[in-house]
Amino acid sequence: MIDREDIPFLPRGVRLHFDKVRDQWVLLAPERAVTLDQVGQAILSELDGIRSFGTITEDLASRYNAPAEEIAKDTGGFLGALLDRRFLELRR
Amino acid sequence: MNARPPIAMLAELTHRCPLSCPYCSNPIELARIDSELDTETWKRVFREAAEIGVLQLHLSGGEPASRRDLTELIAAAREAGLYTNLITSGIGLTERRLHELDEAGLDHIQLSLQGTDAAMADDIGGYRGGFDRKMQVAGWIKEIGFPLTLNAVMHRRNLHQLPRSIELAVEMGARRIEVATVQFHGWALKNRDTLMPTMEQARETDAIVTEARKRLKGMLVIDYVPADYHSDYPKRCMGGWATTGLNVTPDGEVLPCHAAQTIPHLQFDNVRESHLRDIWYDGSAFNAYRGTDWMQEPCQSCDRKLKDFGGCRCQAMAIVGDAAATDPVCIKSPHHGALQLQADAHAHSDRKNLVHRTAPGKPIPEPAE
Repeated sequence: MIDREDIPFLPRGVRLHFDKVRDQWVLLAPERAVTLDQVGQAILSELDGIRSFGTITEDLASRYNAPAEEIAKDTGGFLGALLDRRFLELRR
Repeated sequence: MNARPPIAMLAELTHRCPLSCPYCSNPIELARIDSELDTETWKRVFREAAEIGVLQLHLSGGEPASRRDLTELIAAAREAGLYTNLITSGIGLTERRLHELDEAGLDHIQLSLQGTDAAMADDIGGYRGGFDRKMQVAGWIKEIGFPLTLNAVMHRRNLHQLPRSIELAVEMGARRIEVATVQFHGWALKNRDTLMPTMEQARETDAIVTEARKRLKGMLVIDYVPADYHSDYPKRCMGGWATTGLNVTPDGEVLPCHAAQTIPHLQFDNVRESHLRDIWYDGSAFNAYRGTDWMQEPCQSCDRKLKDFGGCRCQAMAIVGDAAATDPVCIKSPHHGALQLQADAHAHSDRKNLVHRTAPGKPIPEPAE
């Protein structure tokens, strides 16, 4: 579970990469390459190591004109799965 | 044949290695140093790999640190846009060299583990002092902050050390551990009598992994390669032949999997003569078992055929003598019963001596009768 105050970031060894051959964004991690859809790519490109989960989801909600609660739920689910796979870390 | 671009490439930079593990995945005929690809050729191969869609580059061997140009090769691979993973025993890596690899942009290290104490690890690796050195290297890796996977190779001799292997991974700050039960190809085939786990060990290992995955969720990711002679269905070998990855040997041959040279009728192309693109899409070895047309019964009409692609071609070759046969691990294979009996006989053998791999160019030992 990710709290509003948590600051999510990609740890060393996990990075966004534009795959020119397949024309899509991927998340490169130890021994894994995860294909990202537009939503996933949009979420991960928000991670700057400065803004909190709460701020990021509010920003996304206003940009895409969507209910903040729904965005927080979807983003939390997506990032939570990355957290379990050690592709993401949190700091306060 | 419509093939998709490859995702991963295993670059076996050299067959040289200070260790001599009895389950080494290198072929019995090891490539000699004077046949190894030079620095510039490897760099070109990395660029070609990136051009055709490879994302992940695994730098392996032998021991890749035995290559003096390792740092330069990793810098070139990063430059080409590849994610770089160094698969190493740690022997040959100094603190200074690790800092150089850090500067070159190395993304991730996979450190092998032969045992959880010097007595076990040095016996299996055939290299005295290897375990202590590895622990020192693990400390430097942690200090520098490289993401780490611990690769624990398990077999009958060391399976009782699995819980400690998992603890060690946590202590080293590894994000991942691979619990890899020995796959019986290459040198391991000579050591089935000493390394084959018992059925009881295989089931106990399943339980240990299940429990640890639950307990360590979010802290340590556990990838598990079960003992496949004791399974009911074969592994999805290579994610399907020539669908996902390719392997380049020290002398430049391009293989659909690291053991493919054990299939005698296959012909392999070499990066010295051809572009990787042509080899991947048009090479005869890559097309030999791509897709499902080559399958025999019971695979051809099986509803699992796209799930496991009939299992491992090299295992079908080694055990059934036909690389297009159903992997004999499968319960639907007519050879499954015989394989289980054979596995059980290996697992209960009294043989104690290990056949360690040799150095490139040295004579090949046989198990003593």
